Amino acid sequence: MKIPFSYNIRNLIVRKTTTIMTALGIALTVAVLLASMALVEGLKVAFTQSGHPLHILVMRKGADAELSSNFERSVFRDIVFKSGIAKNAKGDALASLEMVTVINLPSVESPEGMNLSVRGITPVGLEIRDDARLIQGRWMEFGKREVVVGESIAKRYPDARIGNKIKFGRGDWEVVGIFKSEQLARNSEILTDLNQAAADFERENVLSSALIRASDDVARQALINDLSTDPRLNVKAQTEKEYYAAQSNSGMLISFLGTFVATIMAIGSCFAAMNTMYAAVARRAKEIGTLRVLGFSRFSILSSFLIESVALAILGGLIGILLVLPLNNLSTGIGSFVTFSEIAFQLRVSPSIMLTGLIFAIIIGAFGGLLPAANAARQQILNALRQI
Amino acid sequence: MRYLSLILKNSLRNRRRSFLTISSLAISLCLLGVMMALYYALFFGAPPGPGQARRLVVRNKISIVFPMPLYYRDRIRQVQGVEEVLTWQWYGGTYKDNRDTRNMFPRMAAEADKLFTVYTDYRIPEEQKKAFQQDVAGCIVGEALARRLGFKLGDKILVKGDIFPFDLDLTVRGIYSTAEGDDESMWFQWKYLENALRGSDRLAAGTFTILARSESEVARIGREVDALFVNSPAQTKTESEYAFGLSFLAFFGNIKIILMSICGAVTFTILLISANTMAMSVRERVREVGILKTLGFTRESILGMLLGESAMIGLIGGGVGLILALGLCAIVRQAPAFVQQTKTLTIQPPVLAILLTLSVMIGLASAVIPAWNAARTGILDALRFTD
Repeated sequence: MKIPFSYNIRNLIVRKTTTIMTALGIALTVAVLLASMALVEGLKVAFTQSGHPLHILVMRKGADAELSSNFERSVFRDIVFKSGIAKNAKGDALASLEMVTVINLPSVESPEGMNLSVRGITPVGLEIRDDARLIQGRWMEFGKREVVVGESIAKRYPDARIGNKIKFGRGDWEVVGIFKSEQLARNSEILTDLNQAAADFERENVLSSALIRASDDVARQALINDLSTDPRLNVKAQTEKEYYAAQSNSGMLISFLGTFVATIMAIGSCFAAMNTMYAAVARRAKEIGTLRVLGFSRFSILSSFLIESVALAILGGLIGILLVLPLNNLSTGIGSFVTFSEIAFQLRVSPSIMLTGLIFAIIIGAFGGLLPAANAARQQILNALRQI
Repeated sequence: MRYLSLILKNSLRNRRRSFLTISSLAISLCLLGVMMALYYALFFGAPPGPGQARRLVVRNKISIVFPMPLYYRDRIRQVQGVEEVLTWQWYGGTYKDNRDTRNMFPRMAAEADKLFTVYTDYRIPEEQKKAFQQDVAGCIVGEALARRLGFKLGDKILVKGDIFPFDLDLTVRGIYSTAEGDDESMWFQWKYLENALRGSDRLAAGTFTILARSESEVARIGREVDALFVNSPAQTKTESEYAFGLSFLAFFGNIKIILMSICGAVTFTILLISANTMAMSVRERVREVGILKTLGFTRESILGMLLGESAMIGLIGGGVGLILALGLCAIVRQAPAFVQQTKTLTIQPPVLAILLTLSVMIGLASAVIPAWNAARTGILDALRFTD
């Protein structure tokens, strides 16, 4: 026979101060875990949503990042003629030679300045980025010292707003537009004319990479194999998606720190829950005896107390989730060791993260409640009834 | 003080509860201790080693990935108080396979004749030092690195270039050790780099390390060096070697805020746990308080006894937590680290003081309300009280 659940709920309500304090302790533990998970999740989303499925990124062999890849213009000329590259209406290959570099701008959060990626492209580069839409101003004119900035940059860097001039390379560049892309990592870039930027950084012949659109899935794979194995080119080709996916480990340290702290706090909360449950058991010794006399089995007593502890923990878990909900969609930035610059992204408290928090809380409750519940179930009826 | 034994007896009456409370407090305080130690080590500057305190690092203001003209070296050399300037360059590259993180270690080129002058804390046998300086394709590795990857004198190290368009083919000529901090790097000769580069690339330097004549001149030299190049195409950022190491931390997000919020959450949790237990423990003995009062104990002494008990439990929890924290720090010291500060992480005296004070304060704060209520209850009510 099962002891009704309402018995547990009533007990939790009667001792509301203790219940709330224990639940809050669990809530904070859950909140720490969830906050770090939300950060890592947001970062992952930013990177996995980036990259066109048909795009191939070509860098010099041995380079892990566009920034450290020295890609020569002559190699690019050879690549353009490969088969399998998609063509535009005019019949030109959709292959874009690009130069990536890093500049330093003061942001809202750090007036000392954060690093940002600047990407020099040609008109084809704009064409291949058909996911990017202008939300303000106009695209830059090629041949002029003009830049357009990604939405996240415009938001976080007061200097990078339309009409302002930003200083890098050999002088000033005018911000003429703001763009937005569904591919989140792109929103953390500044786009400008390849030749202007290359001249400023004295890199006319040594650029960073080539972005190529394959005509279809089959051609993409063939093209990657062809490029990677061509000994004359000495390049490494990978899908743009792979390149971005590899960057999502930037959140590793925070993820590690969050899990570490949450685990230790969980042990502490477990002890606290145990304390509360032991007190509950001790105070209800007579009740337990009565229940046994009424015919409830030891097992029903055990499960009832365990359920009560888990209910307490679930309450804590729910409060914990409420605590981190305001973090959802909060924008922040993190540095990437691949691009040596800042990537802006938003924290995500996704349903799966909330579920993890709840499960985590249930585990704390179950561990905390197990020993006290066993203690309650072991009591002898006579002894229990005799307690004051 | 004369109630000490009574307090002690009282806290032992429910051993299980005291044990659980103390464990729970200890674990939370251990975490708090490690976080505070980390915060302290990072932002209040654990005193750098005697060599490091005199060193400054000059880099391109925009980012460390950009070079500076090599002639900056001679201009920096002329700043008053500069004893020596070392030019060095981060090489990067791939050793064997990057997927195994053990293969990742810093690889730098530096002027072999100045390396040991500037890094005063590097210790290396004289003949190994000579052998390194005489072999253009020689290199030295730190002791910890040599242990990790099993490098011995005479071993070949091959590294594939990524930033630089050439590969390294080096021979281990020496193994250096340091009193503290960094001994996981590999240094090779600046000449090797120069020989492999072409044209204008030869005229660039990645980073300069300055050795100041004395510690007191470090700040001034930093300002003066930056002022020298303020109107040059490549502006510089000069900071103490210590601050330079920290600047990489910014990449991981706002560590300051993250550590602070963790500390806040942990402290609040501790307060909750402690307050909860004290409330339970006091409620349980309202009747006893009535008896004590009949025996002639004053309200104040009862209040003091209850507060004392709570403070004692807090202090014991803090003490155990401190011991756990020292152990955890030892584990962190062994872990592979990104910042040098975690290699010497320990509970500094100020952190220790804060931690112990905090544990007593929390103990007191959590008992104030229940103890006050209990002490105020009239004798009759207290004796009649059933829970």
